Amino acid sequence: MTALVNHFTYEFKSGLRSTTSLLMNYLFPLGFYAMMGLVMTQVNPQFVDTMIPAMVLVSAMAATLLGMPSPLVESRDAGIYRSFKINGVPAGAILLMPALTTIFHVLIVTVIISLTANPFFKGVVPENWWAFSLVTLVSVVACGGIGSLIGVVAGEARAVVLFSQLIFLPSMLVGGVMLPLDTLPESVRRISLLLPSSHAMQAYAGYAYGQPTVISPLIALLVLAASGAIAFALAVYLFNWDNKNETRRGHPLMGLLALVPYAISIFLVS
Amino acid sequence: MAETAVEVSGFTKVYGDFVAVDSIDFAVEVGEVFGLLGPNGAGKTSTLECLEGIRRPTQGTLDVMGVDPSRDGRSLRNLIGVQLQTSALPATMQVDEAMAFFTAYHGVDPRYDLLDRMGLGEKRDSQYSELSTGQQRRLALALAAAHRPAVLFLDEPTAGLDVGSRAELHTLIRELQSEGTTIILATHDMAEAEKMADRVAILLQGKLVATGTPRELTATGQGLTKVSVRTENSLLCADGRDFAAVHQRQVKDDYAVYFSRDPGPTVTAILDYLRARQEALIDLRVERPSLEERFLEITQNGGAA
Repeated sequence: MTALVNHFTYEFKSGLRSTTSLLMNYLFPLGFYAMMGLVMTQVNPQFVDTMIPAMVLVSAMAATLLGMPSPLVESRDAGIYRSFKINGVPAGAILLMPALTTIFHVLIVTVIISLTANPFFKGVVPENWWAFSLVTLVSVVACGGIGSLIGVVAGEARAVVLFSQLIFLPSMLVGGVMLPLDTLPESVRRISLLLPSSHAMQAYAGYAYGQPTVISPLIALLVLAASGAIAFALAVYLFNWDNKNETRRGHPLMGLLALVPYAISIFLVS
Repeated sequence: MAETAVEVSGFTKVYGDFVAVDSIDFAVEVGEVFGLLGPNGAGKTSTLECLEGIRRPTQGTLDVMGVDPSRDGRSLRNLIGVQLQTSALPATMQVDEAMAFFTAYHGVDPRYDLLDRMGLGEKRDSQYSELSTGQQRRLALALAAAHRPAVLFLDEPTAGLDVGSRAELHTLIRELQSEGTTIILATHDMAEAEKMADRVAILLQGKLVATGTPRELTATGQGLTKVSVRTENSLLCADGRDFAAVHQRQVKDDYAVYFSRDPGPTVTAILDYLRARQEALIDLRVERPSLEERFLEITQNGGAA
């Protein structure tokens, strides 16, 4: 237990000490939030309706999809995990602790956004804070799972950027963050259901704000939870201790299985 | 009969078409310092990594304190300590955090005293990226020894260390040995191996070409002992005379240097000769062949001992 507490404490501090982690956990999400609060609310006054969940999701995606994978690849390439392995640090802990501490950082940013969005930018607060908290937690876990999986399957730093942006950029454009899902054309809307942010925004809308949704918020929440669990399990299964590992347990393409719950959800939209 | 700490039988490691280690056998006794020597690419690190459970052997059996490293990694972790040739820690991890972090996973209390011993006492709050190469290696050694392992694997432990740190490391190795720790030392530094190792094994192109104590190894081969003599009037330099058992002679810096197969008769003959001619002796040095010379002899002969 002491080992896990030490590991968690170290990883949490690392999220503040490392310039890259600090940028992705706090500086970029809060800077983007401030900019969107100042600019987007003037350009699109309706943005205030979804501002809090949208900005929380951007924070979650920045920290998990953009922030988490690179340190995993860099540590593997530098031989850090070999040092961990010979000292008995389990693979599960190597993946779980950064994910848990990232979730913690995202929750801190979530509190900051939730407390300031209304007084500063007139952002609409959720009707149900408990539901908001639950959806936030499940969404961060889902994104954290994908972030861990990208870090495990990416062979090099350039691949991390590619894989992360393949999810991050579409999420920003058609994932319900900037534009509500019901304003998108039918075909784009269906494709957007491959993205975690679409499901998260639907779950926020249905449970935290009591608004109509394109897809059942329960299904959205279950898809996020299932994808997160599958992604973490696959990340542990496919984990390599170093870049010379000879005993890979599965092909990196197996990582696509984490998207299966999202793919199934496309067929559940009426 | 001495208890065996590490046993390697018919061990072979192949990477694709490349045979890194070719069916080698050796055993290390409990409490022994065992040197694993060889040029780059000889198979030292492959052997160590398989014994450490990092890689799997292609063929053969490995046994570390009764544990098969490739099958029971969990049991192995607390039995062994490892200083890797290229070890690394997270850049932002502080020295004292690293000690607490790894000892906790071994289920023992942190050994901050080892940090002081390794000259890292004032660096305890420093992050790993702020340490010099030598400090990083000393930290790796302190972490490897912190849980008092039965077998300690050291891969080039003094590379990048200054003289003081090397001496401190050697003292620490001796202390660990006196506590019963078995130490397997892979090194390029022949002087270090000769000084520290009870026995050594020389690997060449994946094959084990020589094993024995440093004294046994240096006694085989040409095994010429160097006898250097300086006298008041440089008589020996001038007369070019040979003595008993001398294989070769040369003159260097006022010294007559004799390479002898048997230094006892050679020295006796030289002293008799000088006494008979009333030539005063200023300096006489007898140097047995070093392990480094023997190592070079073996490697240059392609492994023919």
